[in-house]
Amino acid sequence: MIPELGHFALVLATVLAIIQSVVPLVGAAAGRAAWMAVGAPAAFGQLIALTVAFAALTWAYVASDFSVLNVLQNSHSAKPMLFKVAGVWGNHEGSMLLWVLVLALFGAGVAAAGRGMPMTLRARVVAFQGWVGLGFLTFILATSNPFLRVDPPPLDGLDLNPLLQDPALALHPPFLYLGYVGFSTAFSFALAALVEGRLDAAWARWARPWVLAAWAALTVGIALGSWWAYYELGWGGWWFWDPVENASLLPWLTGTALLHCVAVVEKREALKTWTVLLAIVTFGLSLLGTFLVRSGVLTSVHAFAVDPDRGIFILVLLVLAVGGALALYAWRAPRLSSGGGFAPVSREGAVVINNLLLCTAAATVLIGTLYPLVLEALDAGRVSVGPPYYNATFVPLAAPLIALVAMGPLLAWRRGDAAAALTRLWAAGALALVGVAVVAVWQADGPPLALLGIGLGFWAVGGALVEWAERVRLFRVPLADSLRRAGNLPRAAWGMTLAHAGLGIAALAMTGASVYVQERLVVLEVGQAVEIADYRLTFAGVAPAVGPNYQAERATLDVTTLDGDAVTVLQPERRWYPVAQMGTAEAAIRSSGFADLFATLGEQADDGRWTIRVRHNPLVSWIWIGSGLMALGGVVSLADRRAWRTLRRRVRPPAAAGLPA
Amino acid sequence: MTRRQRRRLMLVSLVMLGAGTAAALSLTALEDNLLFFQSPSQVRGVGADPAEVGQRFRLGGLVAGGTVRRMDDGLTVRFVVTDTAHDVPVVFSGVLPDLFREGQGVVADGHLRPDGVFEAEDILARHDETYMPPEVAEALRAAGEGPLADAPPPAYGARSQDP
Repeated sequence: MIPELGHFALVLATVLAIIQSVVPLVGAAAGRAAWMAVGAPAAFGQLIALTVAFAALTWAYVASDFSVLNVLQNSHSAKPMLFKVAGVWGNHEGSMLLWVLVLALFGAGVAAAGRGMPMTLRARVVAFQGWVGLGFLTFILATSNPFLRVDPPPLDGLDLNPLLQDPALALHPPFLYLGYVGFSTAFSFALAALVEGRLDAAWARWARPWVLAAWAALTVGIALGSWWAYYELGWGGWWFWDPVENASLLPWLTGTALLHCVAVVEKREALKTWTVLLAIVTFGLSLLGTFLVRSGVLTSVHAFAVDPDRGIFILVLLVLAVGGALALYAWRAPRLSSGGGFAPVSREGAVVINNLLLCTAAATVLIGTLYPLVLEALDAGRVSVGPPYYNATFVPLAAPLIALVAMGPLLAWRRGDAAAALTRLWAAGALALVGVAVVAVWQADGPPLALLGIGLGFWAVGGALVEWAERVRLFRVPLADSLRRAGNLPRAAWGMTLAHAGLGIAALAMTGASVYVQERLVVLEVGQAVEIADYRLTFAGVAPAVGPNYQAERATLDVTTLDGDAVTVLQPERRWYPVAQMGTAEAAIRSSGFADLFATLGEQADDGRWTIRVRHNPLVSWIWIGSGLMALGGVVSLADRRAWRTLRRRVRPPAAAGLPA
Repeated sequence: MTRRQRRRLMLVSLVMLGAGTAAALSLTALEDNLLFFQSPSQVRGVGADPAEVGQRFRLGGLVAGGTVRRMDDGLTVRFVVTDTAHDVPVVFSGVLPDLFREGQGVVADGHLRPDGVFEAEDILARHDETYMPPEVAEALRAAGEGPLADAPPPAYGARSQDP
C-alpha cells in the first residue's frame, strides 16, 4: 500500500510541475498577478508530494519490502540500517528520485525566499524550475519508476553492491546532487533574466546565495567521492580522471567561474551576458554529468547501474534544456544593457582571467572525457584517455590560476595597481619561499618541478592571509582595533579568505600527495617485515573475521619505527559478501596528520605467503581539509547578513540597490 | 578605435589566446596519451592493424581457463587472454583485482614485449558477477562468439593499481 502511495505522490508531483511551469509564465507574460501567484504554492506542493514519495521508498527499504523490485535488487534484510537507508539512493531509480526531490527543494526555496523579488521575475524563476522538474519527473515515470512491484515477492533481496556500503558514499550522492541540481536555480534565474530583458545588481543578489549553496555542496560532494575512492577502492589513489569524476568536476569548474561573475554583477553590473551564458553552461554540464553517469556510455568505475535507453531520454532532456536556453540567449541577450567598464588590470579584469582559465580547464577536461565517445561513434576505434593527458593539460592551466588567486582580491574595482598589489604580497612570497625550502629538505629526493606546485600552494594561502590582514589593518592599528575590525568584516569577506586559503592548501596537498608517495608491493610470510618511509611493518598473520553481511580475512601488521618503537597496528581485510557474490579489499589507514600509512591485503600464494601492499602518502589528508575549507568558505559567505537582508526585504526600486564596492 | 573597441578587442584576443592554448595543449596531449583497445585477434596481426612491440595499448578478452599461474616470487602472475579465436600470453606483477577469475572478462593496460608476451602494468576487472566490459563483448562478437556478447550492461570494475 505504501509504495502505491509513493507512486501516486510521484504522479501528483508531475501534475503540479506542469502547473508550476506553465501558469506563472503565462501570468507573467499577460501581467496577471493571480496566475503568477500560482507558482509558489505549486512549488511547495511539489516538494511535499516528492517528500512523500521519497519517504515511501525509504519505508520500503527500512521495512525490507521485497515485493518492490527496486528494494529487491538493491537491498537485503541483513544489511545494516544505515545502508538500508543509504540504499534508497544507492541505485539508479532511487537516486533519480533524490534528484527531483532536491530539485523541488530548490524550487520551493526560490519560491519562499523570493518574496522581495519583482513579481514577474519570481514567477519566471519558479516556472523554469518547474520545467526542469517536469522533464525529470517524466523521465522517472517513463523509464525509472522506483515503485514497480514483483509478484510473487521473493524471500530476500539481492543486496547492495558492497563497495557502496560505506558511510562516505552514503553522503556522497546527496551532496553531489545538491550541487548539480542547485545550479538549476542559476539556470532558472538566467533564463528569467533573459525573458525579463533586465539583469541588474539586485538580480545578482537574489541569485548569488543559490549559486553559493550549490557550489559549496558540489565541493563537499566531490571531496567525499574522492575520499571514498581513496580508502574504499583499495589502490590508494584519490583522483583517477575517471570520466564520471570529470563529470562532477566540469560543473564545479564553470560553477566556480560563475560564482565570481555573479559577484562582479552584484558589485559592478559588469560581465552580465557572460554571467548568463555561464549559468546556462554550468547547468548544462550538470545535466551532461547526469547523462554520462546514468546512460552507461562510458566505461567507468562508477557506472554501477546503467541502461542505454535511459541515456537517450536524458540526452534529449539535455539537448532541449541547453539548446532551448542557448536559443533564448541568442535571441534575448543583446537586449541586456552592458554594464560598467573597467581597465584590464582591475578586480573585474582578474575575474575575467580567472574565468578564462577555469573555462579553458573545463574545456580540456571535456575534450578528454568526450573524445573516446566521439571516436567510438565514428567507428574509429576504442580508446581511453588516461591521467597523463590531464596532467599535461589541466595542470598547466591550474598553476597560473593558483598564482593569480592571491593577487585578484588585492586589486581595486575598475582600475587596479598590479605593482602595488605585488608589493603588498611580499609576506605571501616569503611564506612560499620558506615553505618550498622546508619541503625541499623534508623530501630531498623529490622532482624539482613539484616544488613549484608546493610554492604556489603556499603563495595562495599567504595571499589569502595578506588580504585578510589588509582588511583588518593588522599591525598598523592596535591589535584590539584589528580584532574589532575582524569582527565587523562581512561574512562574504571571511568566506573568500577561507575558500582561497583552502584552494592553496588543497593545491599544495595534491602536489605533495602525487609526487612524494611511496609504495611497496611484497609477498610476506608470518613474521617477515617490510620497511617504508620511516616505518617497519611486521606481518603477524591472517585471521578470519565476521561482519553483519560479510565474512573476512583480516591481516595484522604491527607498525613500528625503524628503531623498534611501537606506533600502531594496521588490520587490512579482504571481505566476501555472499549475497552479492562480491569480494572487496578493505584498506587499513593510519594518519599522522602529515602523512598516511596505507595497507591493503592481496591474495594468498600457494606456498601460504600473502601479498601485501603498503603506501606512504604524505599530505593526502590535507586535500580534504583544503576542500573542506573551500566549502566552509561558501557556507560562511552564504551566511552573510547582507544576503539575508536582501532576501527578506519587500519589493523596492532596484535603483536603490547600489552597495559600496 | 575607441577605448571601448580597444578593450573589446583585447578581451576577444584573450579569449582566443585561452581557447588556442587549450586546443594546443589538448591536441598534443591527446596525441601522446591515447590508449587504443585491441583484441587478441588484432594483436596477432589478423585484424586491421597489429600492435607494435613496446607501444602501450589496452588488451581485452577472456582469461583463458586453466592458464593462471603464479610465479615463485609470489607477485608475478602469468595467464592467457583470449577472444576464442586467438590467444595472447600476459604477465603481470601486482595485486590482481578482487574479481579476477578464469573464464571472465578482463582488460589490461600495457605493452607487447619482443617475445610476444603482453606485459601488463594495470589490470582492470569488473566489480560484479554479471559484468562484461563492452570492449571485450565487442571483441568476442568480432571473433564469432555470439552468446557471450549479449552479456548484461556494464557495472564497472576495479583496477589493480593506481595509474
